[in-house]
Amino acid sequence: MAHSFTNLMNDRAAADRARGGGADSLSDPVTGDATARPIKIETRKMDFFYGTTQALFDINVQIPAKSVTALIGPSGCGKSTFLRTLNRMNDIVEGARHTGEILLEGINIDGPEIDVVALRKRIGMVFQKSTPFPKSIFENVAFGPRLTGIRDRRELDEIVTNCLKRAALWDEVKHRMSDSAMALSGGQQQRLCIARALATNPDVLLMDEPASALDPASTARIEDLIFELKANYTIIIVTHNMQQAARVSDTTAFFYQGHLVEMGDTQQLFTKPQEKHTEDYITGRFG
Amino acid sequence: MSFPTQSCVASGRCIIEPAPSSDLRQSLTRKSTVRPIEFLFAKLCQLAAWSSLAILCLLVSVVAWKAVGYLDWQFLTSFDSQRPERSGIWAGLIGSSWMIFLTFLAAIPIGVGAAVYLEEYARDRWIVRFIRINISNLAGVPSIVYGILGLTVFVRMFDMFAREGIVARLQGEQISALVLAGIEIPLPFGKTLVAGALTMSLLILPVIIVATQEALRAIPPSLRHASLALGATRWQTIRYQVIPAAVPGIMTSIILSISRAIGETAPLIVVGAVGFARFAPGGIGSAQDLVKNPAGLLQAPFDKYTVMPVQIFNWVGQAQGEFQSVAAAGILVLLGLLLLLNGIAITIRNRYQKKLSW
Repeated sequence: MAHSFTNLMNDRAAADRARGGGADSLSDPVTGDATARPIKIETRKMDFFYGTTQALFDINVQIPAKSVTALIGPSGCGKSTFLRTLNRMNDIVEGARHTGEILLEGINIDGPEIDVVALRKRIGMVFQKSTPFPKSIFENVAFGPRLTGIRDRRELDEIVTNCLKRAALWDEVKHRMSDSAMALSGGQQQRLCIARALATNPDVLLMDEPASALDPASTARIEDLIFELKANYTIIIVTHNMQQAARVSDTTAFFYQGHLVEMGDTQQLFTKPQEKHTEDYITGRFG
Repeated sequence: MSFPTQSCVASGRCIIEPAPSSDLRQSLTRKSTVRPIEFLFAKLCQLAAWSSLAILCLLVSVVAWKAVGYLDWQFLTSFDSQRPERSGIWAGLIGSSWMIFLTFLAAIPIGVGAAVYLEEYARDRWIVRFIRINISNLAGVPSIVYGILGLTVFVRMFDMFAREGIVARLQGEQISALVLAGIEIPLPFGKTLVAGALTMSLLILPVIIVATQEALRAIPPSLRHASLALGATRWQTIRYQVIPAAVPGIMTSIILSISRAIGETAPLIVVGAVGFARFAPGGIGSAQDLVKNPAGLLQAPFDKYTVMPVQIFNWVGQAQGEFQSVAAAGILVLLGLLLLLNGIAITIRNRYQKKLSW
């Protein structure tokens, strides 16, 4: 058991070293206190229902800004549901509702004065299956800015270039911006979706198993990207892959059967879990 | 199939005996050179497929044989005549073109709009299910019924504008026409192109709605979610992502309904298409007419008209034998126009499909 924890954390240290951020990134988010950062998103006593079925029970979460928070747990535990409440994507699900509060920098996102369209521009989302629009690479990234009324071609060019660079895709696509996005590989499509999400200028990124359909090399690229993006964005990532959670996240939350079992500093959660359930899950006894 | 089992591994005797080669050869040898049922079935299916082509060829060649000597430039460019050799289909060609144009002008926005509402906005309530079932049923209603509906609704307008009608009673005087920017709009529409086209659009609406619904349903929900998650409104998602992706499907519905609209005869006879016409709607029968009186284009929808199938129907009913040949020539022109319009629609669809590249 102890062996597998060590493995996980070694993985992470190796990954950090590979990025050249070893000492720094280890000292602060891993050993330091994650809650010392300002809180970006907070939920209070949130219960979530699909029709009459309750999917989440009394979720109280504080998500620190400019860091990566991983949501782990077995399938159907409610972690994706939780993620989708944060940008109100559950609004489009018939019969979905929740009680309690969800606060973005202290503002209740379900408030009657909140414009859901503006909210979703501030909270970007990347889905499990890459979902490029059947349009050109340029048009995919430009879609968000165009929605906000940007028409000037030069301004759009600048945004698109900038976002593709930040999503580490620019060098691969700069000569074929007008090609169909559907012609890209799976990993490239997913990075395109990240670039597209960045183009609406959000400060939070929600990722729903962004690498689960990708090969190991593409997964590594996405993880590197997440690591780079956390300097400027608050990232919340749902993942099935424990190694991935250990590698990329600063904070980890473990969901089980709709309950938040344990949440805390990633290293602590993986090495000294407080709850028996967490320990069983991360050591592979169930899930 | 035998794999070494645990016990055979333990006993150290894991050699699987091959079947004697003579048995194998015998079992693989075919019993006869043909399998009669297989052969017969394949041939029957082939026959079924080819027979439809054969019948089409037969029909076209019989019609073409009859039309020899009548299908010429004069036939295409002349109005109808009492004399078979001077008869022409020009009025029908123009009338059918107007009919198709006006029909789709009315049917595409309403049809696509209805489909978008049913697929994208409507919640699954009993009234919505009722509308859906009704639309599917309407697709199977005989066309003559639409003709009678059109006669009541568009040609006579429920006799609202009759001398004793409700409008006359409310206004104190009878209204028989409305003049808008120099265009005289008869009320009720009477036996005009617009009444025919509206009737025809009722006829093809179910086809367009159902096919467009299918096209919308085929678009993965993830496309909509991705768009909404970027902060697009519902309307923006539909306008910029969903509809463009559905264009090929919408075009298919248009292709299907063009064929229906161009060949329909019965409802148009009911709503008053003219059998024998020596005029074009709005007086626009040639390029010169158009230059002389461009306003005629706007007046045309409110003018009398004929269409090709009604003309053909009229010719077939003539006593003089030569008119049968004139009708045959008309049929060939009708088929030609149908192929042309379908070809255009298919080209547009293919271009869009290539651009989409799922």
